Amino acid sequence: MKKFTSTNSYIATPDLELAVNAAISLEKPLLIKGEPGTGKTLLAEEVAKSIDTEIIKWHIKSTTKAQQGLYEYDAITRLRDSQLGDSRIQDISNYIIKGKLWEAFQAKKKIVLLIDEIDKADKEFPNDLLLELDKMEFFVYETKENIVAKNRPIVIITSNNEKELPDAFLRRCIFHYINFPERDVMEQIVEVHFPKVKKKLIAEALDIFFELREIPGLKKNPSTSELIDWIKLLLSDDIPKDILQERDESKAIPPLHGALIKNEQDVQMLERLRFMLRRGK
Amino acid sequence: MLIDFFLTLKKSGIKTTLKELLDLIKALKIGVIKFKTEDFYYLSRSIMVKDEKYYDRFDRAFSIFFNGMSDLDLKFLENEIPEEWLRKQFEKTLSKEERDKIQSLNDLEELMKKFMETFNEQRKRHQGGSKWIGTGGTSPYGAYGSNPFGIRIGQEGNRNFSAAKVWDKRKYINLDDDVEIGTRNMKVVLKKLRKFTRINGEEELDIKETIRKTADNGGFVDIRLKPERKNQVKVLLFFDVGGSMDPYIKLCEELFSAAKYEFKNMEYFYFHNFVYEGVWKNNDRREDIVSIDDVINKYGSDYKIIFVGDASMGIYEITHVNGSIEHYNDKPGESYFKRIKNHFDKLVWLNPIPKDDWDYSQSIDYTRYLTENRMYNFTIDGVNKAVKYLSK
Repeated sequence: MKKFTSTNSYIATPDLELAVNAAISLEKPLLIKGEPGTGKTLLAEEVAKSIDTEIIKWHIKSTTKAQQGLYEYDAITRLRDSQLGDSRIQDISNYIIKGKLWEAFQAKKKIVLLIDEIDKADKEFPNDLLLELDKMEFFVYETKENIVAKNRPIVIITSNNEKELPDAFLRRCIFHYINFPERDVMEQIVEVHFPKVKKKLIAEALDIFFELREIPGLKKNPSTSELIDWIKLLLSDDIPKDILQERDESKAIPPLHGALIKNEQDVQMLERLRFMLRRGK
Repeated sequence: MLIDFFLTLKKSGIKTTLKELLDLIKALKIGVIKFKTEDFYYLSRSIMVKDEKYYDRFDRAFSIFFNGMSDLDLKFLENEIPEEWLRKQFEKTLSKEERDKIQSLNDLEELMKKFMETFNEQRKRHQGGSKWIGTGGTSPYGAYGSNPFGIRIGQEGNRNFSAAKVWDKRKYINLDDDVEIGTRNMKVVLKKLRKFTRINGEEELDIKETIRKTADNGGFVDIRLKPERKNQVKVLLFFDVGGSMDPYIKLCEELFSAAKYEFKNMEYFYFHNFVYEGVWKNNDRREDIVSIDDVINKYGSDYKIIFVGDASMGIYEITHVNGSIEHYNDKPGESYFKRIKNHFDKLVWLNPIPKDDWDYSQSIDYTRYLTENRMYNFTIDGVNKAVKYLSK
C-alpha cells in the first residue's frame, strides 16, 4: 500500500502524514479537527488521490441519522405500490435503499469514505455507528442479510467541534488536530495553488493576511481557503501590480477585502482602525 | 517502556485506555514509523490523545518522560505550580521602585528580558540543586509561563531556547481547558450550551393531516410528516458592568453574542457589583430600569438564570442597608438576590476570577454561599459544569 505524502496540490505537515498513515495501517477511522478552512474535507480527496482510489462522501446534516448511512427501508413507497397493485412489492429488497456505508463496503477495492462534519448530527449519531465502523459489517433486518465489507474502507471523519464526541467513539479513532499553518507552510500551500505567480506578490499578500489575523477582536479570522480565494481574486481582477505595496494608507483594509473578511462588523472595525491610523500621523 | 509512558500520560490527566496502548504497540509492530523520536511523538499523540485540549498536557508529559524524569513529583505537571513559581521568581527580581516604574509596556518588556536573563543564569547555577531548578536545561516552564501582568513570554523564551523540540514548544497551551477562555475556546463552550436547546430534528407522523390528505386522495394513503416539537430553553442573563469587570468585557461580549444566537427566549439585564431593587436593560445604566419585582412576576420559574460577575466588592455591598456604592438601598442586596434565587429553579454564577483566589475574597465567598455553591469558573471547564447543572 502506498504511503500518503504531500502532493503537488496539497501540503500535509509531517504530523498529518503520519496520522493518515497510522490510520491506514491500523485500519481505524481517522478523526480530523481544526479551524474552518484548514483543508479538512480536502484531505480525504487528497488521500484518495495519492493512494489512487475512489472516494465516497457522506455529508452530515443536523437531521442525518446513522441508519441512513447503512440503508433505508422505504415503507411508504411500498405501501403506495401495494395500493396500485404493483408486482414489485413481492420483493422487499426493491424497497431497500443503500446508504453510503453500504456502498463503501461493497466497493471492489479499498476506497476512502469521508464522513464530513460529523458534529452536525445528533449527539447519539457517532455511538450508533460504533460497531459498524469497528467491525465493518451490519445486518439488514428486512432481508436478513449480513453486509460485510469486502475491503475495509479508509474512513476519514471531520468535525468542526460543534459538539463533543462520545469517548467510546473517540477511543476507536486516530485523532489529528490541524493547526493553523505557520508562515512557511502557508507559503508552500499558496505556491501549490498558484505556481506561476511571482514570489513577491505572494509574500506581500501573506504579510497582509497574517497582519489581519493578528488584529485582535475580529469576529471571524480569515482562514486558508479564504486566503486562496483572495489571491485568486487579486490575480483575476487585473489590479495594478503595486496595489499591495501601497500599504501605509490602506493598511487596515486590504484591497478586495470581501474575500477575506466576511463580517460587516469586522469591516467597520477595520475602517475605524484605518481612520485612527491616519489621524495619528 | 511503553507501559511507563502510558502511565505517565494517565497520571498527567489524559484520558487514555489500554485499547489505545495496544493500538500504539500494534502500529509500532507494523512499522508505521522508523526509529525517530519525533515520529514517535506524532504517532503516539494521534493514537493516545483524542482531543486537542489535551495536546498541551501531552506535550508536557512527553517532555518529562523523554527527559528521563518520569519519577519526578507529578505535582510538577500541574499548571499552577510552575506558573506560580515563575511569578514569584519574577516578583523577587523586582525592587519596589522598579515595580512602581512599570508604567509603559516598553519598560515592562525590558524588565521581562532582564528577568529572563536572570532566570536563565539562576537555572544554570542551581542545576541539580533544588527540585524545580534541577530540571536543568530541559524545563520548558520558565520560558513558557506567563507573567503576573498577563503577557506571554513564550516568544522571548523561544529566542533563548532556539533548539526547543516540538513538544517543548507548547503550541497548544491555549487549547487546554483549564486555561482561560479564548475566542476559539469560547465558541466551543457556547456550542455546548446548545445541548439543551436542540432536540432531535426527527420528524413525526402528522396524523390529522395524513387522514385529511388520504381522504382528499380518494383513499390512497398519503403520509404527512411534521417536525417534532422543539424544546426551547429560556434564559435570563445578568451581567455585572462594574468597573472591576472591565478586563472581562470582551469575554462577556462573546458570551452574550453567542448566547443570543443560541437561545430564542433570552433576556438580559445589567447590574453594578450586586443586584439591588432594580436592574438595567441598557449597559449605560441610565434609563430602562426594571425592578426585581417585575422580573420575578414576568418570568416563570422555568427560566434559567445565569449571573456573570466577579463578585468582588466590599462585603457590606451585599449584606448592608445602604451598602450600595451608587445609591441608598432600603434593603441589603442579598435580600434581592435571595428573592431571585428562590423564585427561579436554576441559577448559576459565572466568575472570571480564577477559582483558587475565591477563598481570599470575602464577597466572592459569601456570594458563592448565596448561590448555594453554584458558582463556576468562567473557563471551559467551569461553563461546562454550569451548563450541565442547568440542563439537568
